[in-house]
Amino acid sequence: MDTNNMHPVMKWVEHRLPVFSFLDHSLGTQYPTPKNLNYWWNFGSLAGLVLVIMIVSGIVLAMHYTAHVDYAFNSVERIMRDVNYGWLIRYIHMNGGSMFFIAVYIHMFRGLYFGSYQAPRELLWIIGVFILLAMMATAFMGYVLPWGQMSFWGATVITNLFSAIPLVGDSIVTLLWGGFSVDNPTLNRFFSLHFLLPFVIVGLVVVHIWALHVHGSNNPTGIDVKSEQDTVGFHPYFTVKDFFGMGVFMIFYMFFVFYAPNFFGEPDNYIPANPLVTPPHIVPEWYFLPYYAILRAFTGDFFVYQIVSLGGLLMDAKLAGVLAMFASILLLLFMPWLDGSKVRSCSFRPIMAMAFWIFFLDCLVLGYIGGKPAEGIYITIGQFATFYYFAHLLVIVPLVSRLERPKQLPDSINASVLKAAE
Amino acid sequence: MHMNKIIKSLVALALVGGVLTAGPAGAAEGTRAPKQSWSFNGLFGTFDRAAAQRGFQVYKEVCAGCHSMNLLSYRHLSQLGFNEEEVKAIAATVEVKDGPDSDGEMFDRPGLPADRFVSPFANANAAAASNNGKVPPDLSLMTKARIGGADYVYGLLTGYEDAPSGVEVPDGGSYNKYFSGQIIAMAPPLSDEAVEYTDGTKPTLAQHAKDITTFLAWAAEPEMEARKRMGIKVLLFLLVLTGMLYAVKRKVWEDLH
Repeated sequence: MDTNNMHPVMKWVEHRLPVFSFLDHSLGTQYPTPKNLNYWWNFGSLAGLVLVIMIVSGIVLAMHYTAHVDYAFNSVERIMRDVNYGWLIRYIHMNGGSMFFIAVYIHMFRGLYFGSYQAPRELLWIIGVFILLAMMATAFMGYVLPWGQMSFWGATVITNLFSAIPLVGDSIVTLLWGGFSVDNPTLNRFFSLHFLLPFVIVGLVVVHIWALHVHGSNNPTGIDVKSEQDTVGFHPYFTVKDFFGMGVFMIFYMFFVFYAPNFFGEPDNYIPANPLVTPPHIVPEWYFLPYYAILRAFTGDFFVYQIVSLGGLLMDAKLAGVLAMFASILLLLFMPWLDGSKVRSCSFRPIMAMAFWIFFLDCLVLGYIGGKPAEGIYITIGQFATFYYFAHLLVIVPLVSRLERPKQLPDSINASVLKAAE
Repeated sequence: MHMNKIIKSLVALALVGGVLTAGPAGAAEGTRAPKQSWSFNGLFGTFDRAAAQRGFQVYKEVCAGCHSMNLLSYRHLSQLGFNEEEVKAIAATVEVKDGPDSDGEMFDRPGLPADRFVSPFANANAAAASNNGKVPPDLSLMTKARIGGADYVYGLLTGYEDAPSGVEVPDGGSYNKYFSGQIIAMAPPLSDEAVEYTDGTKPTLAQHAKDITTFLAWAAEPEMEARKRMGIKVLLFLLVLTGMLYAVKRKVWEDLH
């Protein structure tokens, strides 16, 4: 970095702590970025933006929230009614959870389509999956804090899942609860962990970006950067593009905050928690619905269960469902090796692209089924969609990626940009 | 190929939109109460003050016999257009248990604007004992706490009818077509002329139901008007900002395209 033109104060700092050259290499003119990135590449910075908003709004909420079963619900309502702009802070935080998952899910599907998980970005992808897991834990515990009916019963259902683990399951559940049912100790530890985990996510994000900066962003062609012609400096090209994306995203986000703040929520959570009254349908937040559908697909007569449990010998259906639910995410860790193709981007792998879109649809179907009661045709559809989810990851991706002959790749990123401009 | 991509992206967005709208509404059941036209609907909606004031009267004279509204204080009523004197007068009509005083005794005093709405029953057990074993729910958040919101509350209050033949209604229960399971423990609370209005409004069942629902909608979301007013400003600001950012983006990228 040229320090001669710097302001003397900046120069003084730079000499002792090279923060300006660090920034320049991280987000500045010295960070070469493929110039063909499309708008799907905006969602990483958008997720980062939401993370910051969540931490800031969350810290303010924590100043007013009371983590006690007798006061939690009313303390949230006090925030809504009596704290200055409390309703705004709370609705920003509440809808921010949904926005975070929207951004991250699009970010992940983008990675899947363009093969961003492939060498040399395997660890980058794996760290990303861990970020998703940390987000899920954080979101789950955050949803418990208002201590409404869905908070309480969601906590009861999800923590009870761990009882399916053989031998130690019940002890784990007791540990999670801090007692023998979901009660005050549960609420307290969830509040504590809900405050802690976002900072763990920040740490993971730092490592995620560190790993990203080693080889730089993947790009829509999936081919490596070959010369300086393929890239532009991150600043100003992608700083301005990211800022524009943030503007669009904030319009979407703020529409919900101001005009449909409870759209993503459940009305039942405005009823104070009551351990004696079970709501008719216990449903998790929308971003958990696909996993919930996978969990519930495992009934005794589900053919996948019959196969994996050797006709019911190995485990009961509940344990199988819990394992499948965790496997549905943990399998993503192995994507770099499940996909054996030499070509990253699905733009040059038409069969894989089709498989990707069917998989995407399958995830939407699972989400839809997860929100429906487990009865009638919903069970059948949910079981088929669950079967397909695993078939895609374990069979279709490994086979198609190894058998499909990719289309001719462009000579370089620059060549592909010039060709598209024709 | 490029066009193809755009179409695919649009399809994907449409599908996501479809699931988002279908997803959270998943737990619907029973007959959906028809949509009403409310003063507080829409981007610029406000609470009809006269209706909400009449609604408060309905609450005070009918609902408050069984239902608490724990999250409201009398001072909040000033938002509905009651002036300071009126709020004081309203608060003074109730007895509030206070204390202990310097002798350690509890005592009753007239209500103050800062007091919470006084509950009809001392505790949940007393409420259940007087109501066939069912605790009448607190009404502070009612329009937010039910699927269908204000439309559901209005539907429920006007949805009482004779049970169809073959449906057994147990003692103390009533048939209501919008209630989940149709058998509701609450007897029809409103009827024509249940409350005598002072502003000349015709006291029909539908009018009562509309007024109390408006009052409850305000009680559940007292911040709504401020929220919608701020929302317009925020969205307009963001639209202009985003438009300018787009122009800057175009300008910066110009030499590359």
